[in-house]
Amino acid sequence: MANIFPRWTNTLPLKLLIALGFVGAAVAAGVTYYVTQEYTNKGYMPSQPIPFSHELHAGQVGLDCRYCHSFVEQSGHANVPSSNTCWNCHQHVKTNSPQIAKIKESVETGKPLQWVKVHKVPDYAYFNHSVHVNSGVSCVSCHGKINEMPVVFQDQSQSMGWCLDCHRAPENHLRPLDKITNLNWTAKDAGREQKEMGEKLKAAWKINPPENCAGCHR
Amino acid sequence: MATAEAHDHPPAGAPSRAKVLLREPLVLNNRNYSWITNKIASVIEEPQPLLWWILIVPSFFLTLIMVGCFTYLISTGVGVWGPNQPAAWGWDITNFVFWIGIGHAGTLISAILYLTRQKWRTAVNRSAEAMTIFAVMCAGLFPALHVGRVWMAWFLAPIPNSNQIWQNFKSPLLWDVFAVSTYFTVSVIFWFLGLVPDLATMRDRTKHPVKRTLYALFALGWRGGNRQWRHYEIAYGLLAALSTPLVLSVHTVVSFDFATSVVPGWHTTIFPPYFVAGAIFGGFAMVLTLMIPVRKIYGLQDLFTMKHIDNMSKIIVLTGTIVGYAYLMELFIAWYSGSLFEFDAFKWRILYGPYTWAYYGMFFCNVIAPQAFWFKKCRENLWVVMAVCMCVNAGMWYERFVIIVTTLTRDFLPGAWDMYHPSWVEIWSFIGTFGFFTMLFLLFLRYLPVIAIGEVKAVLPEADPHFNPKLKERDAVVPAPTYDGDYEHTGGRAAGGAIS
Repeated sequence: MANIFPRWTNTLPLKLLIALGFVGAAVAAGVTYYVTQEYTNKGYMPSQPIPFSHELHAGQVGLDCRYCHSFVEQSGHANVPSSNTCWNCHQHVKTNSPQIAKIKESVETGKPLQWVKVHKVPDYAYFNHSVHVNSGVSCVSCHGKINEMPVVFQDQSQSMGWCLDCHRAPENHLRPLDKITNLNWTAKDAGREQKEMGEKLKAAWKINPPENCAGCHR
Repeated sequence: MATAEAHDHPPAGAPSRAKVLLREPLVLNNRNYSWITNKIASVIEEPQPLLWWILIVPSFFLTLIMVGCFTYLISTGVGVWGPNQPAAWGWDITNFVFWIGIGHAGTLISAILYLTRQKWRTAVNRSAEAMTIFAVMCAGLFPALHVGRVWMAWFLAPIPNSNQIWQNFKSPLLWDVFAVSTYFTVSVIFWFLGLVPDLATMRDRTKHPVKRTLYALFALGWRGGNRQWRHYEIAYGLLAALSTPLVLSVHTVVSFDFATSVVPGWHTTIFPPYFVAGAIFGGFAMVLTLMIPVRKIYGLQDLFTMKHIDNMSKIIVLTGTIVGYAYLMELFIAWYSGSLFEFDAFKWRILYGPYTWAYYGMFFCNVIAPQAFWFKKCRENLWVVMAVCMCVNAGMWYERFVIIVTTLTRDFLPGAWDMYHPSWVEIWSFIGTFGFFTMLFLLFLRYLPVIAIGEVKAVLPEADPHFNPKLKERDAVVPAPTYDGDYEHTGGRAAGGAIS
């Protein structure tokens, strides 16, 4: 009986295997780039209606975060200040700037400034801002060094895995409540190790972040 | 010669040695090797009978309907099916357990009967394994779609991912994923390995170039040499040993989905053995449902004999009785345990719930109907066998429906009680899987040898190293048994079983 398969097919399985290897590598690379944490909104930096500089206000001037974001410790939702908050100072400071004129207009007409939201939590994830702040998680843990940002951008990936990193080991981020809004502060400044301090705070405050699905997806 | 004659044919009155010692032959009418090959290959090579076409066309359209229903579900949401509070599991999980249970006969026949050297399995195992694979394919569709967001179904597999989700290994639902996928994989490999020698036979017989190439591709260069057979036997034995625990484990794990919960009516320790017995029960009924018509239509009565049907009927009455015992024991324990909720769950189930009709239907089909098989007359009448098998097919679906729906619609809180209503999408999804299953089985008949050619030959007397052709000639005088229901069959050499 004649051969069913010609001679060249002898090496075909090997060739297919090698080709499959290349395809597999390409798929793995694609998945790594597009599906994993690297491909999130990290670095998102929208332009705002007024080029408000956190570097100037929170960094150089040294305003406390809570002067403007006044309910972060009380509210589940972290608030963006109304124009009146700006107006408290800017009715006296730099009054002739065209940017400040926008604030004046907003205050007078009662029409709010359309700030663009940078950090978005999806609808299907429950997130309570005050619980995190009151448990000793600093602003810097999630938002980065805002006090050094002329334009605010998303510093952390804020993916689910990123949330779980902290929920599974909160001791890496806990700090005394009076140091929450001090973005430059580290445990070293108090002469302590973060892990050791975090463990103590975790035990003292009975920090037990949920790790089950329903903790956030209610 | 006189002495030899006296030896072969003892005088009247003396005990007939030949008749006492003879086992019923597994292949009737002294069929030889070439007849077996030609007969089984003819199923593929001859044009298909009209009935095949009458079945394949509607089953193809039902498959399309199934695909349509599933597309509608995926594009719209899982709400197009009926499950909702309080019955979050409905027809979908019922269908899953029903189909997965049917598959168990295939593994039992191919693995356990192989290891216990039950030679009669050879005529049945190929089709039973095919049925297993197709049934598991139908089964897998339901939980995969039940998750709702099908594109998230890969969360079921423990793949490291950026969401850092890790599976809950304490959950029997996850064990189920592993149990079913292992079962499917091993069943496919086992089936394929058994097919290799027969694929080579088909490769060598077929003239069609495309078919020959495909058969050759999957025959993996099989030449039937001694060394190849030796390796084949080792691999087959290993796979049989590997699948043997699966016969017990898969449905045990499926039963854990229910038994490890705290829902009254589900939380019972009898579930694993009860489910396994039920699965084998339903599986054998489905094998007979498929193979009794197949042997008749394709004229395979000499290979798939009344002896096979008799054996499988006995397994059905055994497992059916175990299932009946489990039903009664559930009721007894519901009372004896003193658990108020458990007792109430069963009172709803059998006395005054809205689904008592389903319970009694199930009880009749699964426990009463198979008792017919205690009687030889019933096991030999193919109409009775088919009727009982149809009862069992329906009864096993009802069993899962009773377990799931009657329980969930009468939970702890009367305020949560409700009826369960399947939606039309759900009903057609289920009917569609029957079309899908039938279509796959018909295609299997069309393209693959329905009986393991190589293995059936091994149970012929000729395959015995101590085979003595003279004795065979003598034994052939004793007519092979005939049965009322098997009217095509006539005993002895007159039917054309020449010895080559």
